Amino acid sequence: MDEEIDTRKINNSFLRDHNYATEADIISTVEFNPTGELLATGDKGGRVVVFQREQESKNQPHRRGEYNVYSTFQSHEPEFDYLKSLEIEEKINKIRWLPQQNAAYFLLSTNDKTVKLWKISERDKRPEGYNLKDEDGRIRDPTTITALRVPVLQPMDLMVEATPRRVFSNAHTYHINSISVSNDYETYMSTDDLRINLWNLEITNQSFNIVDIKPANMEELTEVITAAEFHPNQCNTFIYSSSKGSIRLCDMRASALCDNHSKFFEEPEDPSNRSFFSEIISSISDVKFSHSGRYLMTRDYLTVKVWDLNMESKPLETYQVHDYLRSKLCSLYENDCIFDKFECVWNGSDSVIMTGSYNNFFRMFDRNTKRDVTLEASRENSKPRAILKPRKVCVGGKRRKDEISVDSLDFSKKILHTAWHPSENIIAVAATNNLYIFQDKVN
Amino acid sequence: MSLLCQAPTALVGWPPWLEASVQHASQFWMANMYSKGTKRKFSDSVDVATDNKAVLYSRQRQSLLDMSLIKLQLCHMLVEPNMCRSVLIANTVRHIQEEMTHDGSWQLVTEAFSGSGPSDHLVATEVLCRSSVLEQQDGGPKLYSVMGYDSCHEEEVVTDEGLCSVAVGDGAPALLGTIDHCWDRAVEDRVIKDSGSEVKDGTRSWEGAKTVMGQVFGTFEIKNGAPGSDPALEELFSAVDASYYDLDTILTDIQSTPKMGPYNLLDSMTSSHGPTSNSSCRTDLNELDHIMEIIVGS
Repeated sequence: MDEEIDTRKINNSFLRDHNYATEADIISTVEFNPTGELLATGDKGGRVVVFQREQESKNQPHRRGEYNVYSTFQSHEPEFDYLKSLEIEEKINKIRWLPQQNAAYFLLSTNDKTVKLWKISERDKRPEGYNLKDEDGRIRDPTTITALRVPVLQPMDLMVEATPRRVFSNAHTYHINSISVSNDYETYMSTDDLRINLWNLEITNQSFNIVDIKPANMEELTEVITAAEFHPNQCNTFIYSSSKGSIRLCDMRASALCDNHSKFFEEPEDPSNRSFFSEIISSISDVKFSHSGRYLMTRDYLTVKVWDLNMESKPLETYQVHDYLRSKLCSLYENDCIFDKFECVWNGSDSVIMTGSYNNFFRMFDRNTKRDVTLEASRENSKPRAILKPRKVCVGGKRRKDEISVDSLDFSKKILHTAWHPSENIIAVAATNNLYIFQDKVN
Repeated sequence: MSLLCQAPTALVGWPPWLEASVQHASQFWMANMYSKGTKRKFSDSVDVATDNKAVLYSRQRQSLLDMSLIKLQLCHMLVEPNMCRSVLIANTVRHIQEEMTHDGSWQLVTEAFSGSGPSDHLVATEVLCRSSVLEQQDGGPKLYSVMGYDSCHEEEVVTDEGLCSVAVGDGAPALLGTIDHCWDRAVEDRVIKDSGSEVKDGTRSWEGAKTVMGQVFGTFEIKNGAPGSDPALEELFSAVDASYYDLDTILTDIQSTPKMGPYNLLDSMTSSHGPTSNSSCRTDLNELDHIMEIIVGS
């Protein structure tokens, strides 16, 4: 697929353009809103930056709407848990948008312990002509007022303000890894390593526990929850994935506590590939329903799998993301790269899936044509408006020109977070502290 | 290196056999680091003979176990460690232990490590034995590219196919030449020093492992502080004086070039009791002195 690059080198004070990544600037989550008009990123410093797509102008039809910074705010601050003597990181783990119901935009953002509902609204008018205070805001002496007037709204420069509307805290003992909004738009769930809680968006002082896999004796703990998501169309259905490579589908109508699953998806282990690292690489790092709700996609360390909801025994399709790493698992275990959590995304029509890899590579798989492509998100190798060139990793043997050998891969440059516009072919790729936005080329 | 410096605080309150395992692991890891400049004889070790293959597999497995134990210990204690990662590493350790128990090689480990405080110094014997034995070999296969935990840049990507594509049911021979020899020595010492203790069987490994997991995941619960950790440490150090004198005597009798270990360093601290006969080995390892001081937390 040809891609035109519209590299957004964000040059404001938050996302600096340095060779080394300032830790706080590392992007930790990327998410489009349901219409695709807005794109939100969260970073390790607890900040959220929202981009808005320009209105396409008739004067320049070839210039598709580009994304510009719309709002920036500090969502979470670092905290200290006095009981355990441990810091609570302010890093934003996930952002999820709520569907738009009025002029304002709402999103949920979460760190390890607390979920917050933010309202992002525009202000482009302000009232003028108060009686009791003058234009600067100073209180006027009532005795000097001789006539009354009605304040009128005057236009002003557009101001975008973000205000926290709800704070959902103190419900998670362990680290929150996912949030997902239900189809009913009234509830959402937050997931930590061992429990899933259900919240009402209006109520912050209570939540319901719907999944609890904590063993009575913590010494017997062998499995944690890694991700969870609500079904896009059925508000009673959700799935959660585990570190042992299984996915459970639960129906909230069956019981209040969904410890018993309705469906259990797991692929039997391939005995020929068994090693000490088998379990680690089978751990699922991300799970996503397709937009249609018929399929679900899982990402483990080396593959992406598409499952049919009606078939639990094995996945429908398996795609190798970077199988050349299979012989390097020991080294990747040593440097902890084997624990990297890559995300995966569907495109709007569920025909293409995308996920990240190392060396700033990301991969796309076309489910229909079975073709796949490896692309790179890097400034050195791409100029704005240039077509992205497919990359190839050479696995032993003779290395062709333009190929890169496995040993030259940079494992510190990993693309963990990507997002796909809900209806168009626009993707957002987070490469450490840089955000890249790519669009389909329009002739 | 800074990673190793964190070791002492994390080791307090852990079961003795695990402590020893980790210290041995640190030492082994460091031995690898310091001798990385020498030949990488990995290819030479891959001989056709099944014996070598089994030894290789066992060493790789042991290295993996050591690495896993270090990882479990040395997580950042300022922020809560990633639970998924800890669970996966713990499962890997369990898996290795299962296999080693199946092989029978785990029993020897627990035999050497069992017992309470006073027999901890025997761990040192085993530790010293082991590393010295491996040093006597061709330096041991340098299985892992040596890299700090901070960086992900690999100096050399070592093919580690042995570990990555092995069928568990292979059943590597239980007793492997070199390690067997080392264990015999340890058992012999035990007989001399501690004839009163019983030899525990392999089931103890599970209790040990469970305690390990409990303590790893215990950090996720409200910490009550490890009870008795300070007294245990006191006891450990207070027992140093007389026993180390004996230990050193035994060492110089048995080994020609004993390697520096943490307990040797303690000996140097209480130098009034230190026998002069050990001075020859100490001069060889001055480089390690400083590092081990940091590890033991003197």
